[in-house]
Amino acid sequence: MVSAKAAAPQSADRPDFAPWRDADAKPLIQMRNLVKRFGEFTAVDGIDLDIYPREFFSLLGPSGCGKTTIMRMLAGFEEPTEGAITLDGQDIAGVPPNRRPVNMMFQSYALFPHLSVEQNIAFGLKREGMPKDQITERVAEMLRLVQLQQFASRKPHQISGGQRQRVALARSLAKAPKLLLLDEPLGALDKKLRTQTQFELMDIQEKTGTTFVIVTHDQEEAMTVSSRVAVMDNGRIMQVATPRDIYEAPGSRYVAEFIGDVNLIEGRAGVWVDGQQQIHRHEGEQPLVVQAETALPEGAQACLAIRPEKVEIFHEKPAHANAVQGKVLDIAYLGSTTTYHVEIAGGLVLKALVANAHKDLETPFTWDDQCWLGWTARRSVVLTQ
Amino acid sequence: MNWRRFLLIGTPYFWLLAFFLVPFGIVLRLALSDAAIAIPPYTPVLDLSEGWRGLRDMVAAWDFENFQWLLDDDLYYIAYLSSLKIAALSTLLTLLVAFPLAYGMARAPEHWRPALMMAVILPFWSSFLIRVYAWIGILSNEGYLNNTLIALGFIESPIRMLNTDFAVYIGIVYTYLPFAVLPIYATLDKLDTSLLEAAEDLGCSRISAFWLIVLPLSRPGLIAGGFLVFIPVVGEFIIPSILGGPDTLMIGRVLWDEFFSNRDWPVASAVAIVLLLLLIIPIVLFQRAQERVREAEQ
Repeated sequence: MVSAKAAAPQSADRPDFAPWRDADAKPLIQMRNLVKRFGEFTAVDGIDLDIYPREFFSLLGPSGCGKTTIMRMLAGFEEPTEGAITLDGQDIAGVPPNRRPVNMMFQSYALFPHLSVEQNIAFGLKREGMPKDQITERVAEMLRLVQLQQFASRKPHQISGGQRQRVALARSLAKAPKLLLLDEPLGALDKKLRTQTQFELMDIQEKTGTTFVIVTHDQEEAMTVSSRVAVMDNGRIMQVATPRDIYEAPGSRYVAEFIGDVNLIEGRAGVWVDGQQQIHRHEGEQPLVVQAETALPEGAQACLAIRPEKVEIFHEKPAHANAVQGKVLDIAYLGSTTTYHVEIAGGLVLKALVANAHKDLETPFTWDDQCWLGWTARRSVVLTQ
Repeated sequence: MNWRRFLLIGTPYFWLLAFFLVPFGIVLRLALSDAAIAIPPYTPVLDLSEGWRGLRDMVAAWDFENFQWLLDDDLYYIAYLSSLKIAALSTLLTLLVAFPLAYGMARAPEHWRPALMMAVILPFWSSFLIRVYAWIGILSNEGYLNNTLIALGFIESPIRMLNTDFAVYIGIVYTYLPFAVLPIYATLDKLDTSLLEAAEDLGCSRISAFWLIVLPLSRPGLIAGGFLVFIPVVGEFIIPSILGGPDTLMIGRVLWDEFFSNRDWPVASAVAIVLLLLLIIPIVLFQRAQERVREAEQ
């Protein structure tokens, strides 16, 4: 195994890469009211999406949500039933896969088993009639990029799974496509290798400056690598945002629950004062407060979402804007963290995640202990759908 | 070593000994003998009443005269060559017909495949002889094919098709087709369709993807199918004698004639042994090819 060179975290390198906020930025890919039906089944149900050059864009969702169908339409293996896709301003409907400046890395890698690593990478270059010496040069460059120089003459079955993944990546990048599609690129790797490869992928994307669109069902993977994530469900896009926004400001219950762990507290909207929305769980109880830019109509159904790691646990009532009393129901000790399951009034169970920063001999709480949970208004969000 | 293990390992060896080596020994012994007008029609015969001396006398009387005879009379080597030629050509034809058939099967919707597979295997359920005979009804001068062509006005008088090499090729391709279809289908079935998509994605047209990906990857199937047809066809005797003409020269027929018409068992045995030696070459090549496939799959 070639050791991964210590990949530097990317987020620091591109602090202000956000073309989607720039009104003048021209998207590379535009999808307008994209629909794809297979007989009765609607796989993609009216999608509008812009993807900008140099983005590392993730389509994230459970299996059957339509993410793969979008990718196959981008590659040209499926034609949209309705709507349009433009690439660099040109409609690509009807353009066959071999004429698109788009390459795809397949989930199964789809390496040609009868060709060596080198020949696999050279395959696309030969098809476009590149001169021999240039092909040799480009293949060498690609092999260097994925650090597989010494495996050039091996056949795919003679190398490891991780190496195959890199050959597939090199092959799909060899033609320098405008857009690279990656279908579950790390799905076949074991967990350790996957984490390492995620950083390699980001590194390579940065180096080549290619726009990457990745399809994945693994939220952690999407969060790690992407500039933006589109969370999908049932052929629709639920939210498109940066990983941070998706996590910190989910737009719906579906997104909040799909990405990470979340506590959802149902209630009715109360008054809105100074950017703070009150939410009443029960009549006569102290209302919960949550930061919100706009007021909800009073009495409307509302849901407060708070991440477990933002909930603190106390012995005495804390001074936080939100404080609820409860009883410790369960304790899940995971080494680095401990999750307390706390039952509050009305039978609702909230989770509080505490980092185990100290090597205490005893946990401060034990089963059936009375306790208080607290969080500030800024840490939670209010969801209406 | 306990007796169970011995039994397990010994069984295939016993099988080979009883059903291959012993018959081969008998044929070899016949090939080394001379023809005689007697029962059995060869000499020397092992005289067991003489004990060891009987055995020694028999071995002393053995010679290679029959093999010498095969070399001297050019009928034999012409028949061998002609058999090899017919086998090679009909193998090629069979593969040409089998490949699209297998490709179609492998690409058919999943729920059709058992039925298609059945259609390929079904002819095996009827007698080989009857199936070959049926072609007489189709190919003869008054057969269905000639009658249809005349009725449609393509020809005025029947074309002679039966008892020609043409009929032999038809018969061979028809009867040996499943042996070629099944191994080719097996390799095409394993072919990952994403390979074709990848080829297209990298700039191939559908046709070049076929030549660059499908064909090279189905080579093991083509090789296996080719050998499975070629090896038995070299010694084929029924098809040339039923469908072939007087000038269709195949070694299987020569063998039959030597054995039953001439009652020259020793020469017939020599012919059989040379045929076996000829076939060992393609059989070994076949085994090697299979070995390579197995290695590649690991």
